Amino acid sequence: MVPNDLRYTKEHEWVRIEGDLATVGITEYAAEQLGDIVFVELPDLGRSVTQFAAVGVIESVKAVSDLFAPVGGEVVETNAELADKPELLNSDPMGQGWMLRIKVADRAQVDRLLDPAAYEALTSEA
Amino acid sequence: MAYGPHTTEDRARMLKAIGVDSVDDLFADIPPSLRSTGLNLPPPESEVELSARLRTLADRNRVDLVSFLGAGAYRHFTPAVVDQLLLRGEFYTAYTPYQPEISQGTLQTIYEYQSMMAELTGLDVVSASHYDGASATAEGALMSCRASRRDRVLISRSVHPHYRQTLCTYFAGASLVADEIPLVADGPAAGTTDLVALERMLADADRPVAGVVVANPSFLGLLEPMAEVGRLAHAAGALFVSVVEPVSLAVLAPPREYDADIAAGDGQPLGLPLSYGGPYLGILACREALVRQIPGRLVGMTADVDGRRAFVMTLRAREQDIRREKASSNICTNQALCALAAAMYLAAIGPHGLRDVAALGAARAAELEAALAAVGVRRLHPGPYLNEFAVRVPGAARVHARLVEWGILAGLPLARVLPDDPSLADALLVCATEVTTPEDIAAFAAALDEELAGAAR
Repeated sequence: MVPNDLRYTKEHEWVRIEGDLATVGITEYAAEQLGDIVFVELPDLGRSVTQFAAVGVIESVKAVSDLFAPVGGEVVETNAELADKPELLNSDPMGQGWMLRIKVADRAQVDRLLDPAAYEALTSEA
Repeated sequence: MAYGPHTTEDRARMLKAIGVDSVDDLFADIPPSLRSTGLNLPPPESEVELSARLRTLADRNRVDLVSFLGAGAYRHFTPAVVDQLLLRGEFYTAYTPYQPEISQGTLQTIYEYQSMMAELTGLDVVSASHYDGASATAEGALMSCRASRRDRVLISRSVHPHYRQTLCTYFAGASLVADEIPLVADGPAAGTTDLVALERMLADADRPVAGVVVANPSFLGLLEPMAEVGRLAHAAGALFVSVVEPVSLAVLAPPREYDADIAAGDGQPLGLPLSYGGPYLGILACREALVRQIPGRLVGMTADVDGRRAFVMTLRAREQDIRREKASSNICTNQALCALAAAMYLAAIGPHGLRDVAALGAARAAELEAALAAVGVRRLHPGPYLNEFAVRVPGAARVHARLVEWGILAGLPLARVLPDDPSLADALLVCATEVTTPEDIAAFAAALDEELAGAAR
């Protein structure tokens, strides 16, 4: 069961909306599929991102995947711990492995995201 | 999946899917003058007859000429041990291992090549090699664009014209812009990269620069103000790509010393024969921070489950076969045998030997300059050089052709590769290496003297 208070993308990002701040990470399903994560490239602070655009990179031993922004806005914070400890994405992707925070430009964009039930359906049919 | 060849229907379906009328349309970018009109091969012959025929063809090459030609590929002496070891079956016919960790020996040789290049350039990371200096330079420039997320590169006019053309070819496909930095026209710095112009080009706020590419020594043989170029590039937030000649690194300041971020060059001078243009060896190196941007294979050293030293191909996930259109390059191979030859050459002559090769070449070049000046043929530019320089010769192209009849290859008539520069119209680019003898130099000067005197009559 995936956390109920979050929204999800088809590319397996989760996002927690609190006011106009969106915290973003990748789901347990994604971390498991990727395997051991060895490197994370996050966008620069202040960078303006568009919804569903590729904003970063997650590199595991077998693949390099893009990180997509679930909502558009300005990058206001990134998780500095991931530089030295990318393995946090495997051990705690939903908590300590959070990746970045975006100041949401248009709250209506959240409606384009998947709710927990829809994301469950996506990962179970995979 | 069917394993038979494509049928006409298969082809028609594929063409329709990509919206192309015929297979020939896919080759539209190849100029008509370069397209094949069919092969005119004679009927099969026995090995004896065929060998004789090939030998007759090969004899049309002039291998007897006393050569002063450089311009990107240099005559050096290769110790016999290099060619002998290269012939080993494990090396000579092996292809890129697809399960690399099984080929520990192959990986180790690549790792040693990378290590030696790192030592020569002073940079942290070296790729397993590329096709040649031109493509390595283009890849270095592309790296600067990816790393900075800018789309404009400045390249000095004193970088080898073939390297500049190759870079433009790469850039055209990627919608990037390459602007040429002009050279100083006169004065003590004539022929070198114009720093004032560079600073001006870097100051265009609407068109930020990703990277600045300068060669040292330059195509004209001159030493360039690399530290200043680096300073100007970095001040504008651009990366600095230096194009280098590996033997010269034994005596000149290496890229690390003038803060280059990326170094590219051709490894032909390290034990590879001239072979009429190839195969050569593309060297590419960079600082640690750019390790995820460097294209090509990377061999790393680690420990296996039993704690023993082991070599692996690392950062594979960045390569084209996995990352596809987002990969750092569309090329995912290397010049393994050539890189191996370079590593063997360096191991055979060692760091002192390499320094001697470079120093001896420089000494001979100074003798060459004096000998030519004594017959009235003077350098085009006043600045310092290592072992290559341009001289003014009236009717350069004609004199060059006449000297071939004397058995002398008098360098390169510069107008042939740099036709747009009027100051190079009557110029020859000549070089000397450790294999150039005083007798060679005397013969060259004497022949030149005769030719010019004859022309004057």
